[in-house]
Amino acid sequence: MCLAVPARIESLEAGEQAVIDVGGIRKRVSVALVEGVAPGDWVIVHVGYALARLDPEAAAETLAAMAAAGLEPGTLA
Amino acid sequence: MKFVDEFRDRDLGQGLAAAIAREAKPERLYQFMEFCGGHTHAISRYGVTDLLPANVRMVHGPGCPVCVLPIGRVDLAIDLALGRGVILCSYGDTLRVPASAGRSLLKAKAAGGDVRMVYSAADALRIARDNPQREVVFLAIGFETTTPPTALVIREAHATGVANFSVLCNHVLTPAAIVNILQSPEVRDLGTVPLDGFVGPAHVSSIIGTRPYEFFAEEFRKPVVVAGFEPLDVMQAILMLVRQVNEGRAEVENQFSRVVDRDGNRRAQAIVAEVFELRREFEWRGLGTVPYSALAIRATFAAHDAERRFGLEYRAVPDNKACECGAILRGVKRPVECKLFGGACTPETPMGSCMVSSEGACAAHYSYGRFRDRVPATPVVA
Ligand code: SF4
Repeated sequence: MCLAVPARIESLEAGEQAVIDVGGIRKRVSVALVEGVAPGDWVIVHVGYALARLDPEAAAETLAAMAAAGLEPGTLA
Repeated sequence: MKFVDEFRDRDLGQGLAAAIAREAKPERLYQFMEFCGGHTHAISRYGVTDLLPANVRMVHGPGCPVCVLPIGRVDLAIDLALGRGVILCSYGDTLRVPASAGRSLLKAKAAGGDVRMVYSAADALRIARDNPQREVVFLAIGFETTTPPTALVIREAHATGVANFSVLCNHVLTPAAIVNILQSPEVRDLGTVPLDGFVGPAHVSSIIGTRPYEFFAEEFRKPVVVAGFEPLDVMQAILMLVRQVNEGRAEVENQFSRVVDRDGNRRAQAIVAEVFELRREFEWRGLGTVPYSALAIRATFAAHDAERRFGLEYRAVPDNKACECGAILRGVKRPVECKLFGGACTPETPMGSCMVSSEGACAAHYSYGRFRDRVPATPVVA
């Protein structure tokens, strides 16, 4: 129910709508709930609405921490 | 899919599993509750439990909006569809929720009710615009994740004068439910599972932020780690919880920093506050009546509130006596401990709500894990 998928904003349209790319599929969603998004930004989409931004740098850091935890005992996650 | 597949990587998962096994102290038991159905689903589907040492256990929580929707509220929707001739719009998950006398919205549709599945709240508003001569009611359910879209369509219906559109609001609040699990009168009857920490909600937290959990960490001395819904997110959160327990810390940590911050989505919060107010109490299937745990539509938008518009009166209906959803939603019992599990109650013929949504503890367990149950039952402290 609370599932939301990562998507990239392709273009902004009138009426706080945007065309997004979700895993290669284009869809139109509302961006009325997120402030100041621009084409190229990543967001998470739930029931036809972008809910929040997704920060690619933070994602990379999380993956790096996971890798580190698996290798060296005592590394901070 | 980018930002999904990376968080399902097998090697990283094995590394995290090794780290958890290395750091969990063999002499103690770790019991963590994953509040959200999304986590329950990920844990069952990807077999996360199999990657954990025997002394690190996950207890399923009540965070599945379909599972906590009480019979009496589904009855209201069915009565609107059958008795008042409205077009009843709803997210697909709610259609099969068992209501009283063996009814469901799906059966109401088969009996001639105009019940329509929508993907988005905006679709329901569109149906109202397309059918100005009919009353259109949107059965709204969900936690904080799903509330802002509902708020937006109510505001839009109000602003643009879509007079035939109303919402039967069942939006509920996560923090209130967590408090209820930790301290409520029912805990005395059902007993309670000693919990060492919580895996906190993913997308709910993108809206409300991590700040609301700081209270639990302080008040109940329970660590909370907000985590994403992919299997590696859950595993990393478990590792972070193990570390907090080992170090005697009870803090709020954020594993899902790619989406969540401390403050959440302020714009969404403002829209929700504009349209909704707190209900004094609300019944949750499985948890019973929980104070200040749900939202109602503000008087300004009364014309779009189905409860006011149709003079609906809520009547509580008890669950099937044999259904153990109540104890399961509190983590006190596991699905296999219900006599109906897998026999009378399956995803095709759900008797209780935990078997309806794929995020429900019973359905997730039935679909992905019911033959792997060999661990002893969770100890219960009365
Ligand atoms: S198996 Fe069915 S009847 Fe038993 S607790 Fe789960 S949902 Fe309820």
